[in-house]
Amino acid sequence: MAMEGIGARVARKEDKRFITGSGSYVDDMVVPGMKHSAFVRSPHAHADIKKIDTKAAEKMPGVIAVLTGKQLKSDGIGNLICGWMVHSKDGSPMNMGAWSPLAVDRARYVGDAVAIVVAETKGQARDAAEAVEVAYKEKKSVTDAVAALKKGAPQLHPEAAGNLIYDWEIGEAAAVDKAIASAAHVTTMRIVNNRLVPNAMEPRAALGHYDRAEDHHTLWTTSQNPHVARVVMSAFYNVAPENKLRVIAPDVGGGFGSKIFIYPEEIVCLWASRRTGVPVKWVADRTESFMCDAHGRDHVSEVQLAFDQNNRMTALKVDTVANFGAYMSLFSSAVPTYLYATLLSGQYAIPQIHCNVRAVYTNTAPVDAYRGAGRPEATYVVERVVETAARELGVSPAELRRRNFITSFPHQTPVIMNYDAGDYAASLDAAMKAADYAGFEKRRDKAKKAGKLRGIGMSCYIEACGIAPSSAVGSLGAGVGLWESAEVRVNMAGTIEVLTGSHSHGQGHETTFAQLVSQRLGLPLDQISIVHGDTDKVQMGMGTYGSRSGAVGMSAIAKALDKVEVKAKKLAAHLMEADEGDIVIENGELKVAGTDKTVPWSQLALAAYAAHNLPEGMEPGLKEGAFYDPTNFTFPAGCYICEVEVDPETGRTEIVQFVAADDFGNIINPMIVEGQVHGGLAQGIGQAMLEGTHYDAESGQLITASYMDYCMPRADDLPSFQVSTSNTPCPGNPLGIKGCGEAGAIGSPPAVMNAITDAIGDNDLTMPATPQKVWAALKAATRH
Amino acid sequence: MSEISMVVNGRSVSATVEDRTLLVHFLREHLGLTGTHVGCDTSQCGACVVHLDGKAVKSCSMLAAQASGSEVTTIEGLADGADLHPVQAAFREHHGLQCGFCTPGMIMAASDMIRRHPDGLDEKTVRAELEGNICRCTGYHNIVKAVLAASKSMAKGKGGKAKKAA
Repeated sequence: MAMEGIGARVARKEDKRFITGSGSYVDDMVVPGMKHSAFVRSPHAHADIKKIDTKAAEKMPGVIAVLTGKQLKSDGIGNLICGWMVHSKDGSPMNMGAWSPLAVDRARYVGDAVAIVVAETKGQARDAAEAVEVAYKEKKSVTDAVAALKKGAPQLHPEAAGNLIYDWEIGEAAAVDKAIASAAHVTTMRIVNNRLVPNAMEPRAALGHYDRAEDHHTLWTTSQNPHVARVVMSAFYNVAPENKLRVIAPDVGGGFGSKIFIYPEEIVCLWASRRTGVPVKWVADRTESFMCDAHGRDHVSEVQLAFDQNNRMTALKVDTVANFGAYMSLFSSAVPTYLYATLLSGQYAIPQIHCNVRAVYTNTAPVDAYRGAGRPEATYVVERVVETAARELGVSPAELRRRNFITSFPHQTPVIMNYDAGDYAASLDAAMKAADYAGFEKRRDKAKKAGKLRGIGMSCYIEACGIAPSSAVGSLGAGVGLWESAEVRVNMAGTIEVLTGSHSHGQGHETTFAQLVSQRLGLPLDQISIVHGDTDKVQMGMGTYGSRSGAVGMSAIAKALDKVEVKAKKLAAHLMEADEGDIVIENGELKVAGTDKTVPWSQLALAAYAAHNLPEGMEPGLKEGAFYDPTNFTFPAGCYICEVEVDPETGRTEIVQFVAADDFGNIINPMIVEGQVHGGLAQGIGQAMLEGTHYDAESGQLITASYMDYCMPRADDLPSFQVSTSNTPCPGNPLGIKGCGEAGAIGSPPAVMNAITDAIGDNDLTMPATPQKVWAALKAATRH
Repeated sequence: MSEISMVVNGRSVSATVEDRTLLVHFLREHLGLTGTHVGCDTSQCGACVVHLDGKAVKSCSMLAAQASGSEVTTIEGLADGADLHPVQAAFREHHGLQCGFCTPGMIMAASDMIRRHPDGLDEKTVRAELEGNICRCTGYHNIVKAVLAASKSMAKGKGGKAKKAA
């Protein structure tokens, strides 16, 4: 049985349906009477809406309704909100502008939804959307966050003067300035973190179905957290009360953060269904995904890292401008503050840190969490500036890092976080060994003889996962608690269903969660089913993001299992006339230790429900629920090393090796963990070398709105990866898990950029380091 | 409107469809074969790859009417009853999928790739050949492993499954 339990490399239970084309994604859903929809979207980055004429569209073939923001407002549907309050350093609350699910008076970015057309077919809906006449009065737009802060910049929201959402700080500014003034060396950099489009392969989709007879709403949606969608749509958007709203997120084709948020389209589909009396489906095309999915990153930072004469870090000062786009998305405010600035200590003992963050409205798509959410931005700042410092100081980048590593735990950083466990030198050593770091200079010389430029770069990242505990995030402004819930339901004949509030959209929970149960009860995986993604089946949940499903979601299951075991043992003791304390659960049986007395699990389950012979006072049945609220974040960390070869003739960079050495604490299924790392690395390498989101500065048009313009990593852009893990178990949760979902995307961009800048000798290179940019940098260097 | 008829997964079908109906929409919406996915609108992502007369095509880049008279195999028709196609089995064994959305197109493209390389494949070729299929989850690492493994297992069983897949 141990073969299927914790630590086993078990093939995934969910794969069968995916490899045979039997998955059920939202676009696959068909309900009787279902109609299709298309959104009318603003073609302008910034424009007043003077008039919307729907008459011609309403007469088009197949059209059922054309609905606008005025109707939406008159039905009392609320504005979209950001659910995390951040206060500026002067104590004032963040300046949140209004975001109507359908723009009423003004459109603020290209793609802003203005109206919805419901029609018999998707084609008819799209044809009619073209016929909706919107009279716009164009206004000047601004897409760059630094430009948006300047005097005279176009203003987006009356609530946010100067486009400033908040001006926030953490740490002691005066102490940091003092340390910098007296430093032996200060490395100063301007660091840009490029804007990315998450690009889950399944475009977002929604199917709203209002049942008039029952006055009940059902929404099928591409969500990472259907329960959060339900409460937000109920409590804030007035779509339907929670008891009249069921949200189902079936198979979801990737999320990477972009499917956490509640978007206008799902609200509008559900409302449109109630208004028209027909189920309304919307499926984004890829261009809509580019225009309207929440983007990620987009920071500009001024950074200073100070050292004493022994090359020990004394202070870090960071001033960041974060582009929030046209509206504040659900968790946007937390990303460049509590998920970013709090990680600026990296793996290093830095006595003083100060970070100032200005969040800014611009005429671009909203920006929110994307794989890593704030932590990639922090890691990029820290690991680029540390590498640069090593070059300036003329010391080994590895040894400069090692000298400054935090080595005793728990460690309180100057920026809130209390690191609980880690061994950063172990990861560094493992990565350097795997990469044959010592042999690099020989490889560089060899490449040089072949006319190629070799470079090597590393990154020692830390991140914070399983965002928690609820009381702490509440005190920092979160609108919700960040626990997870689970129910372990033992069926009458002994099979098990685990109801979890976590949501799987690629992570393999149906397998790993079942492995936990298998480990505990000794039952085979095929007798254990994981139920998730439906608010009617699973009572409560907070969903999947921030690499929380293992550390938080599985811990809730472990707690529920504890309760099931207690009751099962009590009943077994009663049935076998033994002492409760002598009962052990092994291989699907309850045994009296040291005897040959056993009760098979299935028989015990039946006895619990038959209830013919229960201990006095015991209720029939065997199912238990639990909520788990962590005591702290978890802190996965590791070291990544990237080695590149640049062709100076073309500027083309090839990654010749990529090594990842991670500490994720305890691991349930190494195969799945490795897969998570591979995927994260690809996204981080994509950010570093390929992906860039470009808005035209003049018109505000999104230039990169298709796979022909936005360079997604393809198989031939990437190497095979060398991955390994070490383990300092997390002391903060019962399973010792830290989380592995985002590490790859967090740690890899600086490793790549450190390698390329090492190869070409130009440290000003920005992401994405495309062949054109690398070639231009090399040309500029030869001209000097 | 167009009158079309074709053989899909061994079954003859005919229908009257709007002229602009793409093959992928015909498969998904008229035949209910929702295993073939739509991930983009510029024929880049490859989630919609099916076999048309034995060759991999992107079903978003042709009209249903153009496929009239042809034999189409979709992901639903690839396995031999309960027996998975070797490429399907290899994707599961090597964890070549996560969210599953790109997977049908990947598997259809990979099985065609293996058919076109009867003498075997190497990593570089597999990566180059997968240029038309985008995956956002796996970083391709395990997809490449799965395709190489399937290529090997099909070469061993030549005359059996490999031939059938073609």
